[in-house]
Amino acid sequence: MSFAEVLRFALRGLAANKLRSALTMLGILIGVAAVILLVAVGNGSAQAINERIEALGTNTVTVMSAGRGGSTGPALTEPVADALADPQLAPDVAAVSPVVSAAATLTFAGADHDVNQFVGTTASWFASSNTPVGSGSAFTADDEAQGRRVVVLGRTVAEELFPRADPVGQQVTVGGALFTVTGVLAPKSSTGFQDGNDTAVAPLAAVRQVVTGYGALTSILVRAKSPDRVDAVQAQVATILNQRLAVAAGATAPYRIQNASQLLATQTETADTFTTLLGAVAAISLLVGGIGITNIMLVTVTERTREIGIRKALGAPRRVILTQFLIEATLLSVLGGALGVAAALAGSSFSIVGVQPVIVPSSVGLALGVSIAIGLFFGGLPAARAARLRPIDALRYE
Amino acid sequence: MTRPVLEVRGLRKTYGTGEATVHALRGVSLLVERGDYVAVMGSSGSGKSTLMNILGALDGPGSGTYLLDGVDVSRLADRQLALARNRLIGFIFQAFNLIPRTSALANVELPLAYAGVRPRQRRERAMAALALVGLADRARHEPNQLSGGQQQRVAVARALVTEPALLLADEPTGNLDTRSTADVLEVFDQLSAAGRTIVLITHEPEVGDRAKRLIRLVDGRIVTDVRQSPLDRVPVGARPGRPGR
Ligand SMILES: Nc1ncnc2c1ncn2[C@@H]1O[C@H](COP(=O)(O)OP(=O)(O)O)[C@@H](O)[C@H]1O
Ligand SMILES: [Mg+2]
Repeated sequence: MSFAEVLRFALRGLAANKLRSALTMLGILIGVAAVILLVAVGNGSAQAINERIEALGTNTVTVMSAGRGGSTGPALTEPVADALADPQLAPDVAAVSPVVSAAATLTFAGADHDVNQFVGTTASWFASSNTPVGSGSAFTADDEAQGRRVVVLGRTVAEELFPRADPVGQQVTVGGALFTVTGVLAPKSSTGFQDGNDTAVAPLAAVRQVVTGYGALTSILVRAKSPDRVDAVQAQVATILNQRLAVAAGATAPYRIQNASQLLATQTETADTFTTLLGAVAAISLLVGGIGITNIMLVTVTERTREIGIRKALGAPRRVILTQFLIEATLLSVLGGALGVAAALAGSSFSIVGVQPVIVPSSVGLALGVSIAIGLFFGGLPAARAARLRPIDALRYE
Repeated sequence: MTRPVLEVRGLRKTYGTGEATVHALRGVSLLVERGDYVAVMGSSGSGKSTLMNILGALDGPGSGTYLLDGVDVSRLADRQLALARNRLIGFIFQAFNLIPRTSALANVELPLAYAGVRPRQRRERAMAALALVGLADRARHEPNQLSGGQQQRVAVARALVTEPALLLADEPTGNLDTRSTADVLEVFDQLSAAGRTIVLITHEPEVGDRAKRLIRLVDGRIVTDVRQSPLDRVPVGARPGRPGR
């Protein structure tokens, strides 16, 4: 018997058992699609985190108080921030932006909206933090110097307070004071838990006066002249701070300096953990799918064994039977797997729980490999066993 | 004298071991000539099926020799056994054993496919076999769309399509009503008249009466072996013309 003939036999066998074929394929499909999609979700959220950190800028360092609230010991103050802009001691520093931030409620025409981060800073912050203004304009150094109450709204805030109107030029109330809106930030990609567009930015002096008071700074954002000078800037900033805050050699510093790549490293680690976790969930779903396939195939073993008995009684050589049943199992597994990949690709174009999935190629290979192996093994093994039986034993099988 | 189609000598077969040993066959010797029509009778459990399965090469002989068309079956490897089942033997089961959800035509074609016959020729020969059993118009029907008698006639067509030297039938009418039984038996008579060698097992005396030779089995031994009509004569039941439907 030629291979083409055996292939035709296998196809006819699949067609003759449509429900069984469909169920087996469905099991493989679900297993494969679940694995690929779950890993893609994990990968997608990891990439989103990376993008957001990269959007922060890779040429900045952030100085934060080490202690909570800065109540003990010397704190980050405006003079400290000014001291960092020293062309002699810190030649690689391009700009220094002191930052205060607090939660605040913005009100406009009876509507109000809470922002977690009402940021007070200087005009240089927009460039340093890689936060461009979408419409209108940022505030200027002059606004800052004059202590004008102006504000740039994040996209979410603008949409909440001004669902129809153009916010630029309008006045919103924050902490009982009126702030004139000068612009709206360009939309930022946001990930999972925090909305990067739910913010508002105003001059440092105005925010301190109205919202935060005159305590310590929340942080200082320092921009290096180029990305490869970040390490130098970090050292220079540390030197100045140690001097200003009188830190003894060897003592723990009352501040922390972080650069974007360090942030990236810790966040990537978190994201990797997340991906691994999802991978484990995916592996379990593959296992469950595999058990489903196994069940269907084992339930039909009696019927198949009898069929093999009939075929042997009619003079089918063992090799022909084996080939036919292996082709059947292969076709089911490969077809089910391919459909699973297609389903996963289709599903990955939708965002799932707020995450845009990004397919990991190796997960496609793994999922396909495992499910095809399961299909082949549990489809082929009973057939191989039955093909070895005497016809009468296969016919009597129960 | 021509070579006998089958010859068994001192055939023994036991099932199980120790206390539970069942002696299904206790030394059976039998010689069947070409063109004979043999009915095997005996009470339930007398070893008829055991003998038949060995003759059909579906089961191995326990001890003793079995020459099928002059070839010692116990010496054959799996591939040669498959070849023997395909070319030399047509087996008809009590339970029909058609492949489910597969058309009558495809079922009848199956042994030819395993014999390596080309699809076109296969179709023609399968259609001819179906016509012989009077089911040409049911070729496209699947087993569950056919009556018991029709299914058994499809099984007969499948058994004879390769033109085997030996047709074996284990209670072919055991699951059929009288009408279907008559249909199937007519086919056998017709085949015998056409010179085929047939061995069949039956419970019904009227079936045994039609055969040229009647063998009675008791407790794994042949007790009587009677020739009822000459080898070269048409069996009593056979009528000219095609079997009815
Ligand atoms: N597969 C088997 N395992 C154990 N005992 C069997 C098996 N097949 C048949 N027997 C026993 O062998 C004896 C003969 O059985 P069988 O040839 O089927 O009888 P018959 O077909 O004449 O009714 C019976 O006693 C039966 O119980
Ligand atoms: Mg029996």
